[in-house]
Amino acid sequence: MSVLLEVTNLRTEFATRAGLVRAVDGVSLRVARGECLGVVGESGSGKSVTFSSVMGLVRSPGRVAAGTIHFDGRDLRGLAPEEMRAIRGRDIAMTMQDALTALNPALTVGEQMAEVMIAHDDTLPSARGARRSAIRDRSVEMLGLVGIPAPETRLRQYPHEFSGGMRQRIMIAIALTCRPQLLIADEPTTALDVTIQAQVLELISDIRARLGMSVVLITHDLGVVAEHCDRVMVMYAGQVVEEGPTDQVIGAPRHPYTRGLLASIPRPALRGQPIRPIVGQVPDLVGLPPQCRFHSRCPLARQGCLVQVPMLPAGPGRQARCLRLEEMS
Amino acid sequence: MSLLEVTGLSKHYAGRPSLVQRVTRDPGQVVRAVNGVSLAVERGEVLGLIGESGCGKSTLGRAILRLHEPSAGRVTFDGTEVTALAPPALKAMRRRMQIIFQDPYASLNPRRTVAEIVGLPLALHGIASGEEAREITARVLERVGLKAGQLDRYPHQFSGGQRQRIGIARALVSNPEFIVCDEPVSALDVSIQAQIIALLLELKRDLGLTYLFISHDISVIGYLSDRVAVMYLGEIVETGPVAAVLDNPRHPYTQSLLSAVPEIGARRDKKARVRLQGDLPSPLNPPKGCKFHTRCPLATGICRSAAPETRDLGGGHSAACHRLDEGLSLLEGGR
Repeated sequence: MSVLLEVTNLRTEFATRAGLVRAVDGVSLRVARGECLGVVGESGSGKSVTFSSVMGLVRSPGRVAAGTIHFDGRDLRGLAPEEMRAIRGRDIAMTMQDALTALNPALTVGEQMAEVMIAHDDTLPSARGARRSAIRDRSVEMLGLVGIPAPETRLRQYPHEFSGGMRQRIMIAIALTCRPQLLIADEPTTALDVTIQAQVLELISDIRARLGMSVVLITHDLGVVAEHCDRVMVMYAGQVVEEGPTDQVIGAPRHPYTRGLLASIPRPALRGQPIRPIVGQVPDLVGLPPQCRFHSRCPLARQGCLVQVPMLPAGPGRQARCLRLEEMS
Repeated sequence: MSLLEVTGLSKHYAGRPSLVQRVTRDPGQVVRAVNGVSLAVERGEVLGLIGESGCGKSTLGRAILRLHEPSAGRVTFDGTEVTALAPPALKAMRRRMQIIFQDPYASLNPRRTVAEIVGLPLALHGIASGEEAREITARVLERVGLKAGQLDRYPHQFSGGQRQRIGIARALVSNPEFIVCDEPVSALDVSIQAQIIALLLELKRDLGLTYLFISHDISVIGYLSDRVAVMYLGEIVETGPVAAVLDNPRHPYTQSLLSAVPEIGARRDKKARVRLQGDLPSPLNPPKGCKFHTRCPLATGICRSAAPETRDLGGGHSAACHRLDEGLSLLEGGR
């Protein structure tokens, strides 16, 4: 499979009063065409900032300090703002966690969909009437695709007139309007109830299969990853700590953090057995020493771990950032 | 006798009437957030209350403690009818019945120190004051995994998980028997969530506590509950021992809820999944008959016209559905 997105040694920093925060510190990743990559991590692990950096959406006091981002053969970091704007929304689309704040409350859904097409679609007819009806037809088609009943009527409504699940679908519809090659879905179902979550995730999987699009699914829920992603990348304190095929990473984790995360999930099957939480908390990202970032919470840590640890091969298509990964297998 | 008995409890909120409604004395729209709920919690058990947002589970928890005054029904705690108590007696009763809130940021006063927040119930109930109160507060803080040296800090100096520990300490300080845990781990990251769950279970065991544990997360409920009650649009649709409800759900709503949970170790293609149509109906205008019929794949004529009675299925398991006898299941193989 050919590579669609390739990020190498990405570093994104935020200048704060407390000091320089390296929210993303040396992240490398690849997304193949048609693939679904799951990105897992807890709050502050850098998963959202990584992909905001890819989208060119990091604002001051943050900045992308180092690394390369190649999309479909083009170097995104070298692009002028207007060139990046042309790619964003057309070739790469991102849906935000909170649909209510991401949608414009003062515009109807139809107007928001039209904005995207007018900005990005060169194939629209130039005659005014034909243009209008082309935009309308496509909007109706997209809302139908994401399973919104009576799309003609719904186009004239405002975001507040929709339920949470419907709003999330509208964001997906807007993101898909220009048939992007890559959809980045940032916690698409976190705010949703479980029955609605299942509907939205299946929708994304369906559309991905139908349009042959690549998907990056950012989530904190390993269950969602297990059911929907081909590969998974686990992040901790601004770094990737483990990466590989979903079944293998979840079935036999090679990094102690991944293992701890899996052991932390309460499961009905484990009723009556003690849960084994990871002790302590995520380290403060200001002024982190270059050593392994998990070592203060790691049950396997020893003196030798107080060094900078690179991603190490952990089997075919797998990597983990742990000196003791051999002992984990 | 059960420690807590709830019978026919309702909480209705009146919408603001329009001018016409005011003139014609029409009561206007009423939200039936909790509608005729009956349940019992035995001493020393965890009753898990599960449901999606807007189903009324938090309102039920608060109505039980009379933090929201119930519209109808009865709550009995250890033989005393809580719903009949006058304010001074209710206050005394609250020493024995406490609550832990979901949001560890919004539920702690940012301008009070930990000593003041956690020690407040001691003063309110006249349990202790001064140095003695400080000592008790320090002991409780250590019990929940914080340090006595943190007594004079403010909430913003703590992480989300630590704040939830402060909320737990506040609930524990008056030495209660029963605690309503209202989504206490939903706002926390997975690894922190596990720490708090472990703490709550340890406290329950060591102090002989009884919990009503409210959550939308089936994995959490399934892991720590002894019995489970499933709520939909203000009503309990199924209740029973945790193993019975999770392994052999009988109500179509419970079945679809369980099948929607993404699971580790179950591949998507191998798992039976019930796809519910549509969203939760508005509680302002709930469907007639069985409230689940608008989304239920099994609904027939009677479901649209008459509300089903709750029926005993044996072994403490009960459900409210017209079609229980037909042995239908939405889950593959009708397990």
